Amino acid sequence: MQEITGLMVKRAKELLEAGEVQRVIGWTTGDFCYDVTPAVFTKAEDLEEGKFVYNSFCGSNLSKYLIQTLRNDINAVNTAKAMAARKGENPDDIPGPGKTLVFLKPCDTYSFNQLLTEHRIDKSLVYVIGVACRGMADIEKIKLMGASGITKVIDAGDKLEVKTIYGDKSFDKKDVLLEKCACCKGKEHKYADEVIDPEPLPEGEGKGPMDRMAGVTMLEEMTAEERYAFWNDQLSRCIKCYACRNACPACTCMKCVFDNPRSGVDSKANVTEFEEKMYHIIRAFHVAGRCTDCGECSRVCPQGIPLHLLNRKFIKDINEFYGDYQAGEAEGQRAPLVNFDAENDVEPSIVNEKGGN
Amino acid sequence: MQVNENSKEFKPLIVAFCCNWCSYAGADLAGTSRLSYPADVKIIRVPCSCRVNPMFILKAFEKGADGVIMCGCHPGDCHYTTGNYYARRRMTLLFSMLDYLGVDKERVRVEWVSAAEGQRFAMVMNDFAKKITELGENVKLGDIRCKK
Ligand code: SF4
Ligand code: SF4
Ligand code: SF4
Ligand code: FES
Repeated sequence: MQEITGLMVKRAKELLEAGEVQRVIGWTTGDFCYDVTPAVFTKAEDLEEGKFVYNSFCGSNLSKYLIQTLRNDINAVNTAKAMAARKGENPDDIPGPGKTLVFLKPCDTYSFNQLLTEHRIDKSLVYVIGVACRGMADIEKIKLMGASGITKVIDAGDKLEVKTIYGDKSFDKKDVLLEKCACCKGKEHKYADEVIDPEPLPEGEGKGPMDRMAGVTMLEEMTAEERYAFWNDQLSRCIKCYACRNACPACTCMKCVFDNPRSGVDSKANVTEFEEKMYHIIRAFHVAGRCTDCGECSRVCPQGIPLHLLNRKFIKDINEFYGDYQAGEAEGQRAPLVNFDAENDVEPSIVNEKGGN
Repeated sequence: MQVNENSKEFKPLIVAFCCNWCSYAGADLAGTSRLSYPADVKIIRVPCSCRVNPMFILKAFEKGADGVIMCGCHPGDCHYTTGNYYARRRMTLLFSMLDYLGVDKERVRVEWVSAAEGQRFAMVMNDFAKKITELGENVKLGDIRCKK
């Protein structure tokens, strides 16, 4: 990790200094070494190691941050042009926004492709550096496994050395992986202008150790009553903070239905269990066929609600009914819900015919 | 849900989304042909089955529907050529999701009814109303604030 961070900083500095890019979207550390947050760097000197970090807590998907960053930059240029025109100067003399450098992990590049497909970002304004990833850790798991008062976490290959005010602990990284990394789709970048990977894995290796549909299958095998109880239990904990929506690179509407008081569905805390269900069905439905299974929604949920179980149900059904589909695999794919097969599509009654519980 | 005060007999409230060009005309034909179907079926006319947003279905349940049925032109006959093909995928996934959440899957249905099928319209509605009556009141996906 140390080595790759150094390479990333070096390359970002080069590109900034050469004027190839105007800004860098990366990660920086928060109050603790494990609460890493996305950050935009505009000066080479800010990119010192320590400020710019890439460690086992860089789970966040920076594709999402491109949307607002690019939009802000374009707005700034447009404002400057309008000002120039008003002063009688030539608006064409105002320089464009320039490129933005973004570091993307393999799973983040799926989201990037999806955003390109949906015309949410302009490829010509972005320079993508794919960075190697060997799995990201879930601090909540580490805490649950008994580490409190954490002061420092050191990446040591397959282990995480955790220093706490009560002494040192060591964890196997594979035991504390984020849910999304335990089910990683693979370590290959689906889009990148260049890749930084000092020790590439052999081809085909790098999938997560767990079957990502296991949870969905388990629920499907329960009875309807058990499922109902399970979801009531899970969803009743939702505080409607909307973090799952805000972090999602597939949720990119400028005006979301849940923010619109005239939609009749906006609300903060849920008053009844119906509202919880409605929010979650609609959120998952709005990203059905476009969700790359990047895992951000579950990762950011402060209540630990397994939102991936909803998204993956849609993914599983789509694969079963309409053929295998991976959103974000490549740019320009046609999502299954804006597509059809007149002859072979199943009828909705299949849900009843499937019988079961 | 509506309860007849005298008999206390359960009468389901059913919402039917019918596309303007086929199913709504089919309902009309059922009416002019004096075929009977349950009065508890409330028809909501939509331009095309593709207009039905999953939210419509959920909202109907919220407001107290015991069953929701969506009717459109037969596949291949949509007035807008392809609307019902999209609607078909959408509803399949939505129904499957409702089942996944443990909501009775028999409470939602899609039927294709053409403008000439007044008979079929009445039959579909009678059948659906019977099924919902058997299932009883919808308690899993309603909003208690909307209940009387
Ligand atoms: S899902 Fe895979 S690529 Fe993405 S952060 Fe986890 S291990 Fe890395
Ligand atoms: S729904 Fe969740 S897993 Fe899917 S794209 Fe959005 S954040 Fe990623
Ligand atoms: S992040 Fe979790 S608590 Fe917040 S709205 Fe989403 S599910 Fe609810
Ligand atoms: S117009 Fe009837 S389904 Fe489209």
